[in-house]
Amino acid sequence: MKRIKGMDILKYVFLIIVCFCSAFPFYFMIVGATNSSVDIIKGRLFFGTNLWANIRKLTQTVHLGRAFWNSLRNATVNTLASLFVCSLAGYGFQIYREKGKDTLMSLLLLSMMVPFATIMVPLFRMFSTLRLLDTTAGFILPTISTAFLIFFFRQSSESFPIETVQAARVDGLGEFGIFFRIYVPIMAPTFAAAAIVTFMSAWNNYLWPLIIMQSQDSQTMPLLITGLTAGYTTDYGILMLSVTITTLPTMILFFTQQKRFVEGVLGSVK
Amino acid sequence: MAQRTLTKRINRVGWLFVIPATVFIFVLNFYPMVSAFLLSLQSGRGNNLKYAGLRNYARLFQDEMFLTSVGNVITYLVIQVPIMLMAALVLATLLNDPKLKGKSIFRTFIFLPCATSLVSSAMIFKSFFSIDGLANNALMALGILKSPLSWLTHPVWAKFVIILTITWRWTGYNTVFYLAGLQMIDRSIYESARIDGASSSRQFFMITIPLLKPVILLTTIMSTNGTLQLFDEVRNITNGGPGIATLSISQYIYNLSFIYNPQFGYAAAVSYAILVMVAILSFIQIKAGGKR
Repeated sequence: MKRIKGMDILKYVFLIIVCFCSAFPFYFMIVGATNSSVDIIKGRLFFGTNLWANIRKLTQTVHLGRAFWNSLRNATVNTLASLFVCSLAGYGFQIYREKGKDTLMSLLLLSMMVPFATIMVPLFRMFSTLRLLDTTAGFILPTISTAFLIFFFRQSSESFPIETVQAARVDGLGEFGIFFRIYVPIMAPTFAAAAIVTFMSAWNNYLWPLIIMQSQDSQTMPLLITGLTAGYTTDYGILMLSVTITTLPTMILFFTQQKRFVEGVLGSVK
Repeated sequence: MAQRTLTKRINRVGWLFVIPATVFIFVLNFYPMVSAFLLSLQSGRGNNLKYAGLRNYARLFQDEMFLTSVGNVITYLVIQVPIMLMAALVLATLLNDPKLKGKSIFRTFIFLPCATSLVSSAMIFKSFFSIDGLANNALMALGILKSPLSWLTHPVWAKFVIILTITWRWTGYNTVFYLAGLQMIDRSIYESARIDGASSSRQFFMITIPLLKPVILLTTIMSTNGTLQLFDEVRNITNGGPGIATLSISQYIYNLSFIYNPQFGYAAAVSYAILVMVAILSFIQIKAGGKR
């Protein structure tokens, strides 16, 4: 019995250490946003008084508001478009299930195995011909339809009662009417989970915007951050401030919607 | 009969639901995949490309930068993925203990890193390990280091920092999957194992791991694919340096296409190397994991 107690204490100590390692970089980041570059380098780990100075300096060096708006607009449009296209498809594959559609679904799943690095050069050439560089459309198109989201909606639709669909048909509702008026409201939690993970990955997307967002006007937050370290000396105060500003929206989403976030990450793995 | 034609007609309407998503995937995923292959058969600078047969592929085997980047990525893969997945599995097992107190707080903290962007985590770790950064200060205060270590310009330690960053960012993510998998396992199996006198470690290896096999397979494939395509961390922590000691394959493709005088044809050939590696490794993992 005594030995088990010892094991228990060890477990808690281990978990506390892991949680500390998990959280410490966030603490460092937020504290860093309130300190001067010199203090951060010296390793100061307490809140400082330099927040306003950092904010002023950051807004003077870069177009913070513009980059934040670009990120917000791109990620929001991306989320709405993806949810629309993929939920329609997921619903279609499940409710109108037949052999042909199942084959098509397996084919679409293969796209998950295609590395982005393989398609990025042709995509870039295609998008520059179509004059989609520096546009929101260019930002969202490659991630608008993903096999992951389609499959997530398909699996979630399994729990959607087919009797409801049949009853609605008897009541004279059209197929798209059933989807928009009955399916969407009932499946709101599924949509919320999908929205959270889609928004986060669009917000955090780096490689694709790096390639196509070439003008300063279309810069997103991750690009703004990396731009700050491009010079000879890096001001760690404004770097940590911009990292904090980029991380806050996704952190707030995570803290307030953790259950939905986990559902979204898991997707169709059940 | 009438019922069947009705079903047929409705199923035809169903195609309208799946067509938009399908078109997007074909045009923006499968088509570029095919055109990357056609591009890989051409060589030249910029948009001035000529058919070159398989010459780009032959060039791969003599290209030291390419071979180094493949070696780097395999190093990341072989060291980082097993450590991370083992850690995630252990954490999930601890979190799944019904008697654990403060479970939701522990869980929140462990999942937290997957809410940050890869760029943000790269920047935070980069400043930890800068020459006058926190890591050096702490290690010198503890007497472990006598003088500051230049982590990011040392070929081995730079890799270490990258591996650490990836592990920090993704361990919680994988824990999400294992915890979900564990919650599906019937607790009574563990009860009867305990009555039979099986120790916790024996329960872990004889019950947990075999029952989680599908989830372990999934996370292994996801992590392998992610590591083979590693880009954000390397570009932002070391930019591939010192020299090309930490260069990843994706970054090499990026450099070939957008930093150097563009060689799209050769970049496409390199990108097909990733595609082939992803395909082969996934196939091996499915074969190895699929045996029951």
